[in-house]
Amino acid sequence: MVEKIKSNPSYIELVSKRSAFSWKLTITMLVVYYAFILYIAFSPETLGQSISGGVATIGIPIGMAIILFAFIMTGIYVKRANSEFDDLTKQVKEDIAKEIK
Amino acid sequence: MLNRIFSLLVVFAGVAFAAGADLGEGTKQDLNVPAIVMFFLFVAATLGITYWASKKTKSASDFYTAGGGITGTQNGTAIAGDYMSAASFLGITGMVYLKGYDGLIFSIGFLVGWPVILFMISEQLRNLGKYTFADVTAYRLRQKPIRILAALGSISVVILYLIAQMVGSGKLIQILFGLEYEFAVILVGALMVAYVAFGGMLATTWVQIIKAILLLLGTTFMSIMVMAQFGFSFEALFKAATEIHPKGIDIMTPGGLVSDPVSAISLGIALMFGTAGLPHILMRFFTVADAKEARKSVFVATGLIGYFYILTFIMGFGAIVLVLGAEGNIYWDTTTNTLKGMNNMAAVWLAHAVGGDYFLGFISAVAFATILAVVSGLTLAGASAISHDLYANAFAKEGEKVDELKEMRVSKYATLAIGVAAIIFGIAFEKQNIAFVVALAFTIAASANFPVLFMSIFWKGLTTRGAVIGGYVGLISALVLVILGPVVWTSILGYGDPIVPYKFPAVFSVPMAFIAIWFFSITDNSEDAKRCIDEFDAQDIRCQTGIGADSAVNH
Repeated sequence: MVEKIKSNPSYIELVSKRSAFSWKLTITMLVVYYAFILYIAFSPETLGQSISGGVATIGIPIGMAIILFAFIMTGIYVKRANSEFDDLTKQVKEDIAKEIK
Repeated sequence: MLNRIFSLLVVFAGVAFAAGADLGEGTKQDLNVPAIVMFFLFVAATLGITYWASKKTKSASDFYTAGGGITGTQNGTAIAGDYMSAASFLGITGMVYLKGYDGLIFSIGFLVGWPVILFMISEQLRNLGKYTFADVTAYRLRQKPIRILAALGSISVVILYLIAQMVGSGKLIQILFGLEYEFAVILVGALMVAYVAFGGMLATTWVQIIKAILLLLGTTFMSIMVMAQFGFSFEALFKAATEIHPKGIDIMTPGGLVSDPVSAISLGIALMFGTAGLPHILMRFFTVADAKEARKSVFVATGLIGYFYILTFIMGFGAIVLVLGAEGNIYWDTTTNTLKGMNNMAAVWLAHAVGGDYFLGFISAVAFATILAVVSGLTLAGASAISHDLYANAFAKEGEKVDELKEMRVSKYATLAIGVAAIIFGIAFEKQNIAFVVALAFTIAASANFPVLFMSIFWKGLTTRGAVIGGYVGLISALVLVILGPVVWTSILGYGDPIVPYKFPAVFSVPMAFIAIWFFSITDNSEDAKRCIDEFDAQDIRCQTGIGADSAVNH
């Protein structure tokens, strides 16, 4: 049974696509976050530049943007998982059900 | 059951009135009547929910996971309610008030763990587990040692987190309601035991949902009121803040909060992976029906938590202008030269500044509700570790199935035991510096729970020996490094310069755990190791597709 699912083409496609996608998104999130942290550690003045001469600094929209970015990333993942990955999962389950009959 | 709950209510009312009578002498804060009225409304409503939930909580699955019948949106709101603790509401607003931009750095650190939980953990947990995260780590490894490890990791995190919440809540309630510290701690402890023991996960979930909605409504109102005073211009708000704050323009840039790269990265690791190792958060993924609802939960939770953190930033700056800069310095305590009740009260005084006595009462009641919701989730997670992981699995006789009703009875005693322990520790630690406690909880979660969980899901080569040794390496190294660090060694024990100069040692303890897991797995040639590796493929198929997963819903 395990071998049959493992060699099912939909299953292979699901596992490889989803794991590639998950890792890509995770690494993107880590890069964005640690880039921010390293700027704070090494070059706080970069984030402290004024926006168009006022007291507001570019660090503020950047910080807000990271919060928004994290939320958008979850949205991107959910959208693809709900359509493509769930369809593939359904396909695998149907194939297996047929095999059992 | 109804009688019991009713008598509980009477006891609470008696406690509060007794305390109230005490306060008439005016030695403490004046009794805050609107706050107490609103708080009682909340308690009455949540005890009503607990009564309703107790009728529906019949099986172990009901108790641990609300029968798996929570929707993704409800669960996401409950996760937000669980995660937006009093520490983030009062602490982060207070930090923005005190340091400006630096407060935002913490908010971001607390948030960025969530997308990673979604991409790596949430669906996998749902597909593999049933009641606790140890169901996942013990899926193909030997039950007994893995369950004991997971229970130790869970109980340590739960107790530490509870101590922080109890001490914080006792002090907060003392200021907000004018109740005695001990009364406040006992009241919180008794209420959380009532919610959890009678209403299980269903009551806990709804307490968290109601609290999340109240908190988001209250903070939205405060932020709008702040922005309205500045014509909805951030520039005008920031300008006014820099003119009042003693640090002036410096509050607009990153300051000394995260000064060296090691601390910065270590903090990032602790916050990010610690979140993915908190037992009360992980447990929430078993309350939904399937992987689809699990991922929806994280989407909703991330949105609500992110929105909330943006509001704390506005409220912190609003507090600089409207609380620090209030006419007649009405929020200033001239004897300590700080805000009344210290900096963490910035959000509470801001509520008064924008909404008067009644809104202050509302926000005070919300702060109390926040504490109750968080401690209830923690208590449930701790009780589950004792009854499900230890009693029903690790210490059950070989091959014997533990009676479900017995397991539930044990979980209720465990709830009571955790409640009593939390009250005792809460009172014992009143005068202690507890700043390190949350750091320690997050570090243990990141070092002991997360590596074993992650490797058990993703790495075929993991064996029982590797997981057990690696888990204890993470647990012990986190503990030792925190004790040798600046907070415990220098500030609390007063032994001079710290042996380990980092407040968050996660940058060392997390890799140590991973390396130990890897090394003691690949060198494990036992029969059991072979079996663990052989069984990975079947586990992975269930993990990937949900085929054979416990759907938790009672059909």
